[in-house]
Amino acid sequence: MNDNKITKIIINVLLLAIMFVWILPTIGLLITSVRPAADVNSSGWWTVFNSPLKFTQFTLENYRQVLNVNNMNIAFRNSFIIAIMGTILPVSIASFAAFGLAKLRFRGRMVIYGLIVGLLVIPLQLTFIPILRIFNTLNISGSFLGLWIAHTGYGMPFSVFLLYNFFSTLPDDLFEAAYIDGASMWTVYYKLALPLSVPALASLVIFQFLWTWNDLLVALIYLGGTQDVAPVTVRLANLVGSYGQNWHVLTAGAFISIIVPLIIFFSLQRYFVRGILAGSVKG
Amino acid sequence: MEELGKKKWVALFVGPATLIVGLMLLYPSIHTFILSFFGPNSEAFVGIENYIYAFTNQTMLISFRNNLLWLVVFTSLTVGLGLLFAILSDRVRYEKIAKSVIFMPMAISFVGAGVVWKFVYTYRPPGSEQIGLLNQILISLGMEPIGWLIQGPWINNLALIFVGVWMWTGFCMVILSASYKGIPRDQIEAAKVDGATEWQVFRFVILPHMAPTIAVVATTMVVNVLKIFDIVYVMTNGNFRTEVIANRMYKELFQYRNFGRASAIAVVLFVLIIPVIVINIKRMRGEANE
Repeated sequence: MNDNKITKIIINVLLLAIMFVWILPTIGLLITSVRPAADVNSSGWWTVFNSPLKFTQFTLENYRQVLNVNNMNIAFRNSFIIAIMGTILPVSIASFAAFGLAKLRFRGRMVIYGLIVGLLVIPLQLTFIPILRIFNTLNISGSFLGLWIAHTGYGMPFSVFLLYNFFSTLPDDLFEAAYIDGASMWTVYYKLALPLSVPALASLVIFQFLWTWNDLLVALIYLGGTQDVAPVTVRLANLVGSYGQNWHVLTAGAFISIIVPLIIFFSLQRYFVRGILAGSVKG
Repeated sequence: MEELGKKKWVALFVGPATLIVGLMLLYPSIHTFILSFFGPNSEAFVGIENYIYAFTNQTMLISFRNNLLWLVVFTSLTVGLGLLFAILSDRVRYEKIAKSVIFMPMAISFVGAGVVWKFVYTYRPPGSEQIGLLNQILISLGMEPIGWLIQGPWINNLALIFVGVWMWTGFCMVILSASYKGIPRDQIEAAKVDGATEWQVFRFVILPHMAPTIAVVATTMVVNVLKIFDIVYVMTNGNFRTEVIANRMYKELFQYRNFGRASAIAVVLFVLIIPVIVINIKRMRGEANE
C-alpha cells in the first residue's frame, strides 16, 4: 500500500514537471509581450510576479508598434489570404479527384492514384528551382497567385490520399441507387458524397489551413523579398534578423503569429488531432 | 452510363489534380535531378561535381553531422518522452489537460516556436541582469550564464534540437497513447497478480505490444529531422556550425545562387528520405486495408 502511494507521488511529480517545462516558455512570451520595452530589457518576465496585482506594469504598446510600425497587420491579413485560398483550392480539387478515383470505375485509375499519392515522397526542396523559374517567366513569383498554386500542388497528394481513403469506405450501392434514379455524376458528388465526407473534410481543412498558415519555407522561396505580400511567419523571421534583441517587439510579433493556430487548436481539438495524425505521412 | 459521358466526368473530376501534381511535383523533380549535373547557372555540364561537393565540402560535412545528431537525439527524445507521458498520464485524473499541454506546441509554427525558445535561451554577459529564463536559473544555482545558441558544437545544436522535441513530443504521445490504451487490461493485471514489478510489466507486456507503433512513430520523426529547416533558419541561421542539410540547400539557392549545388543537395535529401517514407506509406496502406 505504501509502495503504491510513493509510485503515485512520483508519477504526479514527473507529469507536472514535464507539463511545467512545456507551458512555461509560452507564458513567458505572453507576459513579455505586454511589458514596456524598458522593463523587458532590464529585468526578467518572472519579476512581474513580485507584484502581480500592479496592472500599470502592463501595456499594449508593443502590439501597437509591431502591428503598425512593423506592418504585422498587413502580414496578418496576408496570412489569411494565403491560408484560406491555399486550403480551399487543394481541398476542393483533391475532393473531386478522390471521388473520381474511388467511385468511378475507369481504366488506369490505380495508376493515377499511385502517381498522385506516390508523390508524397517528394521533399518540397526538390521542386523549388524549376518552379521558381516558371514563376519568374510568368511573372507570378512574389504574388499571392504563385503561392496559391504552390500550396495547391504541394497539398494535393496528401489531400487526395486522405479523401480517397474516406470515399472508399462508402458503399457502392449507395451511389448505384442514385445513378439508377437518373442523377448525374455531379449531383451524386455534390448532393451525396460531399455531405457525407464532412468529418474527413473538416480534419483535412484544419490540417491544410494550419500547414499553410505556419509555413515559412514555401513563402520564403516564392515570395522572395516582396514584403507587401509576406505572411506573418516571413515577417516574424525578418524581425528576428533585424530586431534581434528587441524582445518586446519580437514577443508581441510571435504571439500574433501563434494566436490563430492556438484558437483553432483549443476550439477544434478533436478534428485537429485527427488531421495531424493523418498528416504524418505528408512529405 | 454511356461510355463517352463517363470519360468526360473522369476528365473533369480527376484531370485537374493530375495536371497540378504533374506540373508542381513530378516535372520539377525530374528537372532538378537534371540540373544537379550542371553548373551554377545551369549552362555547363559538370558531371558529378556537385555531388562530390555535397559529400566532401567542410560545411556540408558539418550539416550531415548535425543532421545525424538531430536524428539520434530528436528521435529518441520525442519517442521516449512521448511514450513516458502516454503511459503515465493514463493513471491520473487530469489526463486530458496534461495531454493538451504537451500537444499544444504542435499547433504553432516553427518560426513562432523559434522565437519562444530564442527568448528562453537569451544570453547576457555575467554580472548584468539576465532576461532569459534558462540563464537566470543557472545564476540562481550559482553558475555562470551560457551562450546557449553560440557555444558549439554540442550546446547550441542540442538547444536547437530541444525546440524540435518541444514541438513534436505531443505528436508521438497521442499516437503512442492510442496504442497503449489498446492493450487488453487483463493482460497487465494478470502480470501484476503474478507478482511482476512495474518495470517487468513494461518490459514484457507493454513494450512488445507497442513495438510496431513505436517503430512507425520513430520513422515519422526521422523524416521530420531530415527536412528540418525553420528552427535553424530562425534561431541561428546556421551560424556557429549549426547548419543542417535543408539550410545548406536554401543558402546555395538564395545566397550563392548556385543552382547546380542546390539541386544536388535537394536530390541527396530526397534519397535520404525516400526509404523512410516508403515504409510509412506501406504501413498506412496496410491500415487502410484492414
